[in-house]
Amino acid sequence: MASAIDELLAAVVDPEIPVLTIADLGVLRGASVDEHGVVTVTITPTYSGCPAMGVIEEDIVSTLEAGGYDQIVVRTTFSPAWTSDWMSEEAKRRLNEYGIAPPQQVGSTPEPVLCPQCAAPETRLVAEFGSTACKALMVCSSCAEPFDHFKAI
Amino acid sequence: MTIQPSSQTGNTTTTATLLGTYLLRLGDDNLILAQRLGEYISRAPDLEEDLAVANIALDHIGVAQHLYTYTGEVEDDGRSEDDFAFLRSEREFTNALLVEQPHDGFGDLITRQFFFDAYQLELWTALAQSADERLAGIASKAVKEARYHLRHSSSWMIRLGDGTEESHQRIQRSVNDLWRFTGELFDGDSVDRDLSNAGVGVDPGTLRPAWERTVTEVLAEATLERPDDPYQASGGRHGVHGEHLGHLLAEMQWMQRTFPDLTW
Repeated sequence: MASAIDELLAAVVDPEIPVLTIADLGVLRGASVDEHGVVTVTITPTYSGCPAMGVIEEDIVSTLEAGGYDQIVVRTTFSPAWTSDWMSEEAKRRLNEYGIAPPQQVGSTPEPVLCPQCAAPETRLVAEFGSTACKALMVCSSCAEPFDHFKAI
Repeated sequence: MTIQPSSQTGNTTTTATLLGTYLLRLGDDNLILAQRLGEYISRAPDLEEDLAVANIALDHIGVAQHLYTYTGEVEDDGRSEDDFAFLRSEREFTNALLVEQPHDGFGDLITRQFFFDAYQLELWTALAQSADERLAGIASKAVKEARYHLRHSSSWMIRLGDGTEESHQRIQRSVNDLWRFTGELFDGDSVDRDLSNAGVGVDPGTLRPAWERTVTEVLAEATLERPDDPYQASGGRHGVHGEHLGHLLAEMQWMQRTFPDLTW
């Protein structure tokens, strides 16, 4: 039963970064169904004020409803706190392909962020805050393209 | 029409429980600061900074929202996060005076943020160990954001302080003007002490040494003088505010007050 739900939830993507599912991001923490058929889905925000959470919640409900479930509870948890380390290597690869430089390991020795366009390591930070809370704005000195970098937190 | 004024004597409490009172103070700090930051969007020195101010405000709103939701559950009187934000009067807000201070320029905004970030980093670090699991969860999320905010505000303090003669003078003036609102952040009362004894809250006085270290270090690197003003304002925690908060609330609450229960 749970795996059928997991399969349905695998289609729920982040509204800001549609190449990643909420499972890829680690925003989806778990799903279970009780003996009365009530599905409980647990999610955690990437940032306290992430405005995508409301949309994600709606998407979870509509996806599960389309899959035949009608009693759905979405709960939010804060503990353990979300970290970009939960993103899989495969998800990071897709993120890079999409044009967003993936996060590095939290606490690791900082290495140059590679430009997602031309892979050059000559990049620099333009602004610590980018288009969304989870991204910083960078620019490549080699191909001169600006790009988003998913922050490591 | 009957007008029911809230308590005129200060010390207004809109919460029945100790934990509710505590959560509301934390929430109010974050909401009021977020509103102040919001005022500045489109006026920052550059577009990148506009985005930064907006992002930081959003983090604070998120934290306030989670704290208000939890307050409503603790108080169990049917109030939602929006009720706390939009339907309380000035005397019922228990934010520290620092966050309601208006800004006359970017230097004020960044100094206010720097003093507050340095405080919240220590606060959330301590509260991440709270015996209250829900509060610990909110804190462990917020501490990561506070660290990022502090890095940002510190770098501006240094850039402006150790910048041109003009920027140095102006940021020093901001530091001097806002210094008198920093002491209140560390004034604990019985609410803090009782909850600290229960392992749920933290006595803010214990956060002061670490805050002092951060502030002293950054001000030194910014070639700024650490003020030595013995006068420290207080009252915010008990609903006694300066004139500024009322104006801020008038703008923030206007829509809900004019069109009660309006939703998007």
